[in-house]
Amino acid sequence: MDVIVTGLLLGGAYALIAMGLNLQYGMARIMNLANGEMLVAGGFAAFWFWTAAQVSPLLTVFLVAPVAFVVNWLLYVLFLRPLVARAKSRGQLEVDAILTTFGLSFVAVGIMLAVFGGDYFSYSYLSFPVALLGDTYGANRIAAFLAAVVICGALWLWLTRSRAGMSIRAIAVAPESARLVGIDVRRLAALAFALGGAVTASGGALISTFLTLDASTGVLFTLKALVIVIMGGVGDVRGTIVAALLLGLLETFVASVIDPGLTLAAAYLLFVVILLVRPQGLFGRRTT
Amino acid sequence: MMKRRTFTTLAAIAVAAAVALPAAAQETLKVGAVAPKTGPLAGGATVTYWPNVQLWVHDVNARGGLDVGGTKYMLEVVEYDDQTNPGQTIQAVQRLVNQDGAQIVLPPYSTGLNLAAAPIYNRFGLPMVTSTATTDKAGELSQQFPNVFFTLGGAQGIVGGVVEAFTALRDRGDIGNKLAMVNVADAFGIELMGQAKPAFEAAGFELVYESSYPLGSQDLSPVMKAAKAAAPDAFIAWSYPPDTFALTEQAIVEDLQVGAFFTAVATAFPGYVGRFGAQAEGVLGIGGVYADGAAFQEYAARHEQVTGAKPDFWASAMVYSSFQVLEQSIEAVGSFDNAAIIQHIKDNAFETVIGTLDFDENNNNTSFWTVGQWQGGVFKGVASTGREGAVEVLPKAGWN
Repeated sequence: MDVIVTGLLLGGAYALIAMGLNLQYGMARIMNLANGEMLVAGGFAAFWFWTAAQVSPLLTVFLVAPVAFVVNWLLYVLFLRPLVARAKSRGQLEVDAILTTFGLSFVAVGIMLAVFGGDYFSYSYLSFPVALLGDTYGANRIAAFLAAVVICGALWLWLTRSRAGMSIRAIAVAPESARLVGIDVRRLAALAFALGGAVTASGGALISTFLTLDASTGVLFTLKALVIVIMGGVGDVRGTIVAALLLGLLETFVASVIDPGLTLAAAYLLFVVILLVRPQGLFGRRTT
Repeated sequence: MMKRRTFTTLAAIAVAAAVALPAAAQETLKVGAVAPKTGPLAGGATVTYWPNVQLWVHDVNARGGLDVGGTKYMLEVVEYDDQTNPGQTIQAVQRLVNQDGAQIVLPPYSTGLNLAAAPIYNRFGLPMVTSTATTDKAGELSQQFPNVFFTLGGAQGIVGGVVEAFTALRDRGDIGNKLAMVNVADAFGIELMGQAKPAFEAAGFELVYESSYPLGSQDLSPVMKAAKAAAPDAFIAWSYPPDTFALTEQAIVEDLQVGAFFTAVATAFPGYVGRFGAQAEGVLGIGGVYADGAAFQEYAARHEQVTGAKPDFWASAMVYSSFQVLEQSIEAVGSFDNAAIIQHIKDNAFETVIGTLDFDENNNNTSFWTVGQWQGGVFKGVASTGREGAVEVLPKAGWN
């Protein structure tokens, strides 16, 4: 039982890490390698507000999200839209986006080093035990899990029920055809990218309550997010959630029952198996 | 095209102005420093290494510069980020010597990067007084690279100190002999675990739980849950900064009741007590200093005043001390003759902020701090291999 709860809590954290990248890669078609830096920036904001004014990271999220939304919107319009405009194929856009965002990730690390310094950003928030089903868990992990449920649930509802969400899914499936039915692809892609950035930064603020970050840890999260998004199926919110939970459960199971040293190996084994069996990801559509 | 040329010209003027102004005022000497500013070890280097470069240069310049054979030189630092990548460290050292004309090159940061860079320091004949490398192989290394010196001790000494502290607690009846021990699965953790297991068994401890976890694990609660389930009397983790924080937090969350709780790197960081506050009280960690000594307190105050950050309670003072060794040797020799400087370091003892530093026939400083403990908000040395000022080790009394 305690393995399942611990695994779900970890899976929730993973969902927070990966959901933003799914929006950016799946919907806006930008493979954003600077995603992890946005996450670290969100964590820094939470650290800052907590140490300077004891503002709860759960509240900081409401500030981080709109700021990250605007920043990512600008990033998309300034750096990425020109790539979209000139790309002749999806493959070319992917290569261009990878190179550009790879460069942006270095810029982001540099800016964060200059602004925050290279020290570890570590603080204690809600780090007391909570009893749940006869066992104890960190309150900060539970809070992050609940936030993940809210964020992912809201995204899913928005994408499936609202008109804007439906249009975004349309551009994810077929950007060319979406334009024919009167969808403003340019605007919606920017919206999806900005939203992805906002979700990632919020996730960063939430997980910084229990993970120790510094300016150059972003790339670790980018990698994890990439693995989860590809496992779940690019462009599918459900896929990301399921893959994140699966990964969390598997890692916890391996750590508790077999050996903590094998968690990474198990995670990548799962990744390889899924890619072999379903190359398009758990919920992905087979490309034609 | 036009634009680029204008920019280049402007940049050239700016560089020329920046170089020309201080040069006109006084003799300057370029000091090279290379260490991580990005990458996995950037967090540690930011606490332990970079502020000491700044402080040392500030201190030397504040007293009128480095006196080399009667000429006073103002120090000017050229800094490189090696991105925690040994290849970059080596390139940066080459660049410092060949392009930048640095007369002094400070040692890099961390065991791995120091060992990787030792051959290039040796090729250039540079004195290399390492301050953040822990190794038991000082003998072999100094045979191969006679220009390299070691100050921070090795795994044997550290493990010996931890066993000594834990044995003292057990013999006083503060803890039983059931021990849970975990390590991060990388060179540092594996080596210390490998040495600690037989040492603790020889001291009569029973290992009730042992495990390793990969570097960069995002969730260590399974490790702590399993350790707690084994009902140990004492807990030891050969850990790195992110996991040092994570394991402590999980111990608090799981309310791990042990009489001794030890985590390795970063326990001595000011950020540790900054994060855990009173809960850090009684936590044992790698390192330590003579925290009540006047030399350290004066150094710590200056460190904070000049750099705006507090030093850590382990390697920080050693980093500064190793710079002092270099400084005193250059002034004593009175020239930049590196061979003579290296010989001077071998032959003499040096008064530094850590105390007297001298080197044995293996270029090794054999007196170093091994274990410290948070006591009243200060991380005090409780065990060393011959440093004075150790305080008595106390049992850990719960987390809240």
